[in-house]
This record gives sequence, structure tokens and C-alpha cells, in this order.
Amino acid sequence: MELTLWTYEGPPHVGAIRVAASMERVHLVLHAPQGDTYADLLFTMIERDGKRPPVTYTTFQARDLGGSTANRFLDTLRAAAERFKPQVLLVGDSCTAELIQDQPGSLASTAGLSMPVIPLEMAAYSRKENWGASETFFQLVAGLLRAAPKPERGERSPSTRPSVNLLGPTKLGFRCRDDILEIESLLNGVGIDVNVVAPLGASPSDLLKIPAADLNVCLYPEVAASSCQWLKREFGMPYVDIVPLGYGATREFLTALAEQLNHPIDVDAIDHCRLPWYSRSIDSTYLTGKRVFIFGDATHAVAAARVASKELGFEVVGLGTYSREQARDVRTAAQALGLKALITNDYLEVEAEVERLGPELVLGTQMERHIAKRLGIGCAVISTPAHVQDYPARYSPQMGFEGANVMFDTWVHPLVMGLEEHLLTMFRDDFEFNDDAVPSHLAEEGGGKRPEEVVVDTPEGIAWAHSAESELKKIPFFVRGKARRNAELFAIEHGLNRIEVETLYEAKAHFSR
Amino acid sequence: MESVLASDVGARSSELDITVERGQRAVFCGLTSIVWLHRKIQDAFFLVVGSRTCAHLLQSAAGVMIFSEPRFATAVLEDRDLAGMADCAEEVERVIAQVLARRPNLKTLFLVSSCPSEVIKIDLENIARRYREKSQGSLRVIAYSGSGIETTFTQGEDSCLQNLVPEMPAGTDEQNQLLIVGSLPDIVEDQFMRLFAELGLENVAFFPGRRSETFAAIGPGTRVLLAQPYLGETARALIARGATLLKAPYPLGAEGSLAWFRAAAKSFNIADSLFDETMRAPYERAQRSLEGCKRELEHRRIAFLPDSQLEIPLARFLARECGMIPTEVSTPFYDAMTMAEETPLLPDGIDLFEGQDLDAALDRVKLSRPDLTVCGLGIANPLEAEGLRTKWSIELMFSPIQGFDQAGDLAELFARPLRRKARLEVGSWN
Repeated sequence: MELTLWTYEGPPHVGAIRVAASMERVHLVLHAPQGDTYADLLFTMIERDGKRPPVTYTTFQARDLGGSTANRFLDTLRAAAERFKPQVLLVGDSCTAELIQDQPGSLASTAGLSMPVIPLEMAAYSRKENWGASETFFQLVAGLLRAAPKPERGERSPSTRPSVNLLGPTKLGFRCRDDILEIESLLNGVGIDVNVVAPLGASPSDLLKIPAADLNVCLYPEVAASSCQWLKREFGMPYVDIVPLGYGATREFLTALAEQLNHPIDVDAIDHCRLPWYSRSIDSTYLTGKRVFIFGDATHAVAAARVASKELGFEVVGLGTYSREQARDVRTAAQALGLKALITNDYLEVEAEVERLGPELVLGTQMERHIAKRLGIGCAVISTPAHVQDYPARYSPQMGFEGANVMFDTWVHPLVMGLEEHLLTMFRDDFEFNDDAVPSHLAEEGGGKRPEEVVVDTPEGIAWAHSAESELKKIPFFVRGKARRNAELFAIEHGLNRIEVETLYEAKAHFSR
Repeated sequence: MESVLASDVGARSSELDITVERGQRAVFCGLTSIVWLHRKIQDAFFLVVGSRTCAHLLQSAAGVMIFSEPRFATAVLEDRDLAGMADCAEEVERVIAQVLARRPNLKTLFLVSSCPSEVIKIDLENIARRYREKSQGSLRVIAYSGSGIETTFTQGEDSCLQNLVPEMPAGTDEQNQLLIVGSLPDIVEDQFMRLFAELGLENVAFFPGRRSETFAAIGPGTRVLLAQPYLGETARALIARGATLLKAPYPLGAEGSLAWFRAAAKSFNIADSLFDETMRAPYERAQRSLEGCKRELEHRRIAFLPDSQLEIPLARFLARECGMIPTEVSTPFYDAMTMAEETPLLPDGIDLFEGQDLDAALDRVKLSRPDLTVCGLGIANPLEAEGLRTKWSIELMFSPIQGFDQAGDLAELFARPLRRKARLEVGSWN
């Protein structure tokens, strides 16, 4: 058993529902006890979906357990098939039903339904939501295409436009709706057709068309990697797994497509991204070395680390993921930045790490947003799990050139910016403008009051002189914590037991080397 | 003031015409009640023994509002627990130790069973008993079921409180005490306490209390007044300990609150003059507070999908005090004892349902197109997208709605969606 206070991912059957809800003409019959229908609200409330996810739950209760749960499943299955008439019916268990072992897959195969039935094995006690989504998408792709004819993959004639499939976007993914629009428009601009987008918006008949494309784009590896690998193995379809998150990655993505499709792309000609200039403009000098902590799903966390360090000039002080399946990529990315990746499901561990590192910006999930809010640190959400405000009305992609622009704005916004930083120093002692007033960049998050300053206990054996304490108060709020830690660290390293004003400035000189 | 006790009005036919549905249900399980119980009993910790689904449900229902470490958690079962490689009792004890390491001053720990823990028959009661013996009473460990196979939504509180009843010490015959049963927001409790004091009732206790260490004594002198309609099993457990259940509707609306207080006053032989004098101001204030919303709600048709067991009392309030026309009222289950004073107050012509068959219920609502549909969070937006106006029912569990001074707020919850419809010039509701 694992003590869990909050969970980054739901159970695997929620991943299955995400895939079903993303698609057209697919219905899922889920063998599940009363209560599991809470999953509906993830879609209808968080993503404001105007229709229920296409799931029929058996919602069995204790009185059904005496042997009639299998009948209840069959009755539910037949009623759902009749009512919804899907092209494909998915059947599966939630965690409790898995224990009852009614085996919905076998039951469904005896039900004499007119549509194909794809059984799902969700492994609720070892796997989680993203795996469930990946497995469901894979079962759909493989289930529908296994018997399909395998087209010859010869040279594409020069007169036809190359075409690709965009695989992996789902409901409740991070900004999938806008990412797809952005990537479609980007590809359209360089003469590449999009053949199928799946699962989001695709029907089972669309999945059958996947092999007609020249190449697959593994846009969301958490969901699509296993399908892309299978399509490569079975259909010889190559795939591109560079995720176009960030300016550099978007350019590399286009270059990789050009190479693999043998289709020339003038990347410079279509590169209208504003991030490079915004990042070079002098106001952004103040972004240099801003300490940022990053946590999320592996794909978004790794991409954010690159954008933060190479494209915005931040200092990445922590990098991690909740996704053990993709932990290796995050470890590699962390190592390249001289860090040890934080791989954990335990949000309290993440919180402790944020508190210890004292970053100026947190890029994370909904969980980290709350951590940052509590600690009074600016934050931007970069990954699921996300809440209703992270499914915005406006166009707000993360991928492609426009996605890079969006990231620049969203990540810089919570920080104290160039001129503002000077003004804060100038007006620090002004009677109307002081450290107890809420800084503009946090007013939106924190409401009317400055969050409590988080003071980590002074290490044992070290005392602050009164004069040093008051000198410390003259330092602006947003760097005070760092100055305090540096002074204490300096004192420890130099065997001092008392921090004087001098020590503060000695430490400042020492750490700015 | 006019009395509205059911026994005083022309009773509805005793043979209740209620349709039972046994199809797909869209209700939360009893674990969800932890979301308000942990706010109410602040020195207790709720440990669910279950799956990732349970943990996910709790944080989804709680709206993922993390501002501090929560006082609830899930011991998530893993493959090795199921394969018999791990002794589940030892595992639960290990997780309890982890919880205690974080919260060494914990006084009460609820071990909450879930669908998976019940299906694989983890005996949490036994584990609780053993742990209590081991800790020599320093930690009160209480097991109860919050599973979806045993409980729906608010039944989780019923199950929790029922299992707390044995913790209550025995009271004496002479000890005349009024016990208010069901969690209420603190502000409502305080208002009620003031009114009971004005009536001269000093020996009033609330169950659950704000702290888990102190329990009211229970015995033949105890009169139980239910503040929430979903506590049938708790009431029966209290009756079994000798308590008397007072007959009353629930304190929703001016009339409901008045009748609720009257039941207590009658039982304790409070003089009518004192009762009338005490209740006049709050009652009139409550009536005034309803006037504005009543104009908006009057003659509007309302349907209730099953959710919290509050459906029948709310329909009664909205029909009698706000002039609404309930068309369909569905409740997850119907308990004749707890509804005895409510159902007779419902107007005629309502279709009553117990249980649910989701698709059929949605078809009915789409066909009859009421002005307002009260339903769970998962269904609200899809109905709005069909042009129907909805009130999400979980808000009724999280907001103070009971008593005289909340009557206006309660009506406001139903008026706001209609007012919004009147105000907006974007999109279209039919």
C-alpha cells in the first residue's frame, strides 16, 4: 500500500475514458461500482465539455455482488450498444471490477453485438492514467488495423504533397486543442498535409486511414509512443518523436520532417516567432539566471527545461516528473543541467523540494501552482493535471512558434520584470510603497494580502545580529530569502556563529563570483 | 404562527407512489462525504483504504483545493497487496504509522473502507480494534464504510456517524438532552445554539461535534433531532441506545426551520408564548429574505436528479415557500422514517423516483424541459449545452443553507441560474 495524499494521475480507466471521450463514434462500457461516475465531471467541469463522455457504467452495488454482476454487465452492454450505436465498443473494468473477475471482454464476445468490441485490460493496481490512455489508444489502433491490408511504402511521387498523422492529443491533455490547430497550420504552411489527427476528433474509420500517411508525428509520447512504435513495426511507417515545444524544438521538428519526408522546408522563411527577439531585448536581461523549478509530465517537463535554460536564460534549479514510465528522459535532461531529477508521486516531496530550493518561478502542474501560491512564488502551469483555468477560452497553444510566444509571455508574467525591479528598489522606503504592499505580479494569484514570508529555520549554532537582520529587511522581498540562505551558508562554510552586516556583504560577494 | 408539522396538515396518501429505478447511477460514493466531514471534525484524520480511483475521486470532488496538507489520504492498494504477498493488516498499520509520523498529536483516525477493500474483504474493524488495544486508547481508531457498493454520497456521513455511536458514553434517564444530529456549518450551529438558549434549552449537543474527543452521553433521556435527512442508520443506532427521535421536517426555509424548532420546543414543553416570542423575529426575517427570490422562482418548474438525499426537503421548501413547481423528484434511496414529516408536505402531481436510470432520467428531463434541473456536477454542463438551466447539487452540501438566516441564501442558489439566463445576451438557452 502506498500512502497517497494527492495524486498526479488518475487510475488507468480514466485514461481509457479520455481516449473514448476524445473520439467520435466510440463508446466505452465500464464495469464499475456506483461512485466511479465521478470521472464525468473531469470532462464536463474541468474541460467544460458540453456532453457527457461516451461511457456507460454498470454502477453495481453490494446487492449485485452475489453473482449477478456479470448479468448486469451484459444488460448494460446491450442497452449501450442499442442506444449509442457506436462504430466500436470498448469494454473494460475499473479497479473494483477487476477484482470481481467477470471478464467483460469474454462476456462481450458472447453478446452477439453487431459492432466490433475491443476489450481493455487496465491493470488498475500497478498502472495509472497516462498508461491507460496509451494502452487504450494502442488497442484501438492495433485492434482496427491488425487485419488491414499493408500498403506498399514506395517513393512518394514528386507531384503529391506529403502527409502525416498527428498522434496523441486527447481530452484533458495540456492545451491539445490549440496545439493541434497550431501544428496543422504550421504544416499546411510548409506544404505538408495532415492525414489523421487521433485520438482527438477521430472516429474508428479515421483510424483505418492512418497507414495512408507517409509518416506519424508522435506529438504526445505519453499517449502515442506505443502506437507509433507498433505502426513502424507492422506498417513500416516512420515516426518523428521530436516534440515541437519551444522555439528550437519547433525548428528541429520541421527539419526532421523535411529530412524524413524528403521534402524541402525553408524553416527561416516561415519562422515568425517573437520569442528570440523578446528574449534578446534588453528588458529581458533581468531574466538572466532567474531560478526556476520545473515539474510535470515527462514531455512537458523536459521541454520546459530546455526553453527555460536555453531560450529564456533562466537557471533551472530543479527538474522532475511524476511519470515513472518516462523517467529516463527526465533524468537525462536533468543530468545535462547538472541536476538530479526528482521522480516522485508524492506532492509533499515536491513541496519540500520547492521550499528547500527557494526558486523565483515554479513551472508545474495544478499541484505546484498550489505549492507556489502557498510559498508566495510566481508560477505558470505547463502540464497536466490542470484545473479549469488552464483550459482557457483564448487561443493558447504550447507547441509551434506561437506556442513559444505563449510560453514566453506566460512564464515571464509572474516574474518581476526589468524596469519594475529598479522601481521596487527605488521606492522600497516610500511610505506608500513598501514591502508589505502586494507586488503587482502576485496580486492576481494571492488576492489582497502578501503571503507569509517563508522563513526556513536558521541553522543551529548561527545567530543573526540585530543590525544584520535590519539590513536584510532592506533587501527587496523577492530576493530576501535567497540572501538569507546565502548568508547562513556562508557562515557555516566559514565557521562563523554570528551573522553581522559585514557577513551579509561578504556572502554577497562570495556567491556572486 | 402556523404549524407545518405533517401530522397537522392533510396527509398525503400513506401509500407512497414512488418508482424504483435500478439502472446506471450518476452519484458519488460515500467517500465524498469526507470532503465536509474532515472540515467539521478538525482533530480527526480520514484514511481511506482503497485504490487510486478513491484518491482521485476525493481530490476531484474537493476541487483540488490544496492549500495545506489535507486531513485525509488514501492507502492505495497495489498488486502485491492483492497477490497476498503483503499482509494487508500489517500494511494498513504501516501506513497508519506514516500518518502518525506526520501528525503525532492525532486523536481520532477513521479507517474508511472502499469498494476494492470490501471486495477483497480487508477487515478494517478488526484492524481498528487491534490498533486501539495496541495504542492503549491514546488513539481512537474507528472503521466505517464509505464504499460505493454500500453507500451513496451523503450516506458516507451516515455510515461514519453510525460507527461513532458506540463511542458515546451511556447517559442517565433523568438527563434530558437535545442532540442535534448531522454536520452543519459552524455558523449555523452557533445560530441554532443561540435560539435554543433563548428557548431555555441549555442541554443541547451537536453530533458530530467540532472535536472528536468529546461525545455527548446518550440514553433514554436523549431526544434526537435530525438536522440532515440522510442519517437514517445513525438515528436507528441512537434509538437502539434508548434515545427518542423527534418528528420534524428539516430546517430548510423559514417554515421548515420553524417546524424543526417547534418539534424540539414541544418535546421539552416550552410554553407556546415563549416559543412564538423567540421565533417571531428570525421567522419574519427569513420570510422577508425570501421575497426577492420568490418573485424569480414562482411558477418555475424544477426537476431533481438523485444526489444528496436532500431532494425531497428541498422540493418541499421550493414548492411551499418559493412557489416553484417540482415536476420530478428523484432520490438515491427512500427512507420512510427520515422522510415521514417531509413527503406529506409535497404538493400533488410530482413524479417520485428512488434510485436512478441515468439515460432514461436524462431523456425525461430533455422532454419535459423544466426551468431548472438540480443535478450532479458531471451532468450539469451537458444539460446546459442542451439549453436547460441547472443547479449543481454539491453546492448544497458545501454552503450553509439550514436555518432561518440562511433561507434567503438557499433560495438564492436556485434563483441565480435563472437570473443569469435573463441577463446574458450571448449564446442561447431555450
